[in-house]
Amino acid sequence: MLSALNGRSITLIKLCIHLSCFIPLFYLYWRAYYDELGADPVEYVIHYTGIGALNIFLLSLVVSPLAKFLKQGKLIQLRRVIGLYAFTYSVFHVLNFLFFEVQFDFLLFISEIFERPYITVGMIGLFILTLLALTSFSRIKRSMGSRWQTLHNFTYIAGIAIVIHFYWSVKSELVEPVIYIVILVLLLVLRKDRFKRWFK
Amino acid sequence: MLLKVKAKSQISENEITDEHVYLERRSLIKKMGFLGAGSLLASTTSAQARGLDFFSSKEEQAFVTSPIKFKASSSDSQVLTPENKVISHNNFYEFGTKKSDPVNNAQSFKVNPWQLKVSGEVNKPFTLDYDDLFSRYAIEERIYRLRCVEAWSMVIPWLGFSLSNIIKQADPTSKAKYVAFETLHDPEQMPGQRSRRVGGGIDYPYVEGLRLDEAMNPLTLMSVGLYGKTLPPQNGAPIRLVVPWKYGFKSIKSVVGIKLVEKMPPTTWNILAPREYGFYANVNPDVDHPRWSQASERRITSGGLFARNRIETLPFNGYGEEVSSLYKNMNLRKYY
Ligand code: HEM
Repeated sequence: MLSALNGRSITLIKLCIHLSCFIPLFYLYWRAYYDELGADPVEYVIHYTGIGALNIFLLSLVVSPLAKFLKQGKLIQLRRVIGLYAFTYSVFHVLNFLFFEVQFDFLLFISEIFERPYITVGMIGLFILTLLALTSFSRIKRSMGSRWQTLHNFTYIAGIAIVIHFYWSVKSELVEPVIYIVILVLLLVLRKDRFKRWFK
Repeated sequence: MLLKVKAKSQISENEITDEHVYLERRSLIKKMGFLGAGSLLASTTSAQARGLDFFSSKEEQAFVTSPIKFKASSSDSQVLTPENKVISHNNFYEFGTKKSDPVNNAQSFKVNPWQLKVSGEVNKPFTLDYDDLFSRYAIEERIYRLRCVEAWSMVIPWLGFSLSNIIKQADPTSKAKYVAFETLHDPEQMPGQRSRRVGGGIDYPYVEGLRLDEAMNPLTLMSVGLYGKTLPPQNGAPIRLVVPWKYGFKSIKSVVGIKLVEKMPPTTWNILAPREYGFYANVNPDVDHPRWSQASERRITSGGLFARNRIETLPFNGYGEEVSSLYKNMNLRKYY
């Protein structure tokens, strides 16, 4: 059995998370600036930040089962920074779409959000992630009391919206989105007791 | 219909950098003579192809293309997509579904020997061998816009000849109404045909089709080269179809069969998702793909991420003058 992690090691893990999330994002735009992202850099940055956001999001869902499994309650503290990076990547993802794909054609942007089901569900995902990010600060969290937990349970809805968004966005190569759906379902199954409590 | 290949099809734009480089290279070919320039060009391509290959561990020898003699296109005022982008950003699911997969996985593809069989409802079926592809018909350069159904586009200097040459030689019977095309089926060479995961869930071989009058239109090209040289495998070597007024997936690659038929032939993307990809697949800004808009497109030229390259999509990809008469009295919303 591991001995309990102390504050120092949590800080160290956080630092690693910062580095491994921030550097790839920075490097992405660095390469974009020097036109090193292949023939269609727009597609590249949209896909890179989309997959990045989803990976980080799923990682945030791994934290609490892992903390329980390892009996390391302090790990829960990592959820916030990981969740905020999932949000950050999502924001870059959507801004890539707005800046580089539709190129500031706001009418097209808005109509795509309402007309394209895959973008509508993506927007639902982003909307929820935004609410979660805005309410992630301890002060707000405290002032929200039990409503905070209720709001943050929407994380699971966001997860479902995002994997559907991925699944609907591809032309025919369904294997990868299906793998992500399976991973999300597994992470939700780990929480089945909790869901059962809601519906009691 | 009159032959008007170089008329309105070429919408002029004023930026000419890429074209300039290309022209310089062409005059270099002339100056240096055939063979010397050939190896020079071949070596530039291979360097580019390898440069893009940072992820694959196996050091693959780049496919060697060779220069072709051709009649140059007279008016090429459009901004060309740089060659390294044309040969590194490809949808060719036989070699993988990512745009960079074909250039990374296709370099050892064998194109010689090759057999292109022309058959079906014809009086004189025949087969073209590899050398015939380059010698049977006069090869000309055609600078065409290529509009992908995914809403990006390129401008490519193809080399080839009108498909009508082949069809006339085969002498269709009165029953021939459609033309069916087929890509090589060779799972040993094409990883996407070995594995459904790599190949995007498509049932191979890839098949495409045109109505006979579409196939006979002078714009409809059988391409054997681009940028002055034979096609690299990722672009459909050794011979592929180019139908510039239709979405890119109609322009089937690495063709081994051209068959004249009586009934509308099945086509790969239509089988896969009939609501999204029709038989006709004419470029049409008014008919959206169910999942994205077709009203505009991103033109890939020399700019990077920050290039402002979103442009309006034109009906028939700007080739309406040459082809709209083929679809008189047809509801193009229904026959998308
Ligand atoms: C308004 C919100 C959003 C918009 C407009 C949007 C737009 C897009 C677009 C245009 C694509 C590319 C589809 C294609 O290949 O043609 C895409 C793919 C994707 N998006 Fe989003 N998205 C949004 C929200 C999100 C969020 C919140 C996430 C994750 C947290 C996400 C994750 C993904 C993933 C994983 C892909 C697939 C990438 C790939 O195929 O490699 N998206 N999205």
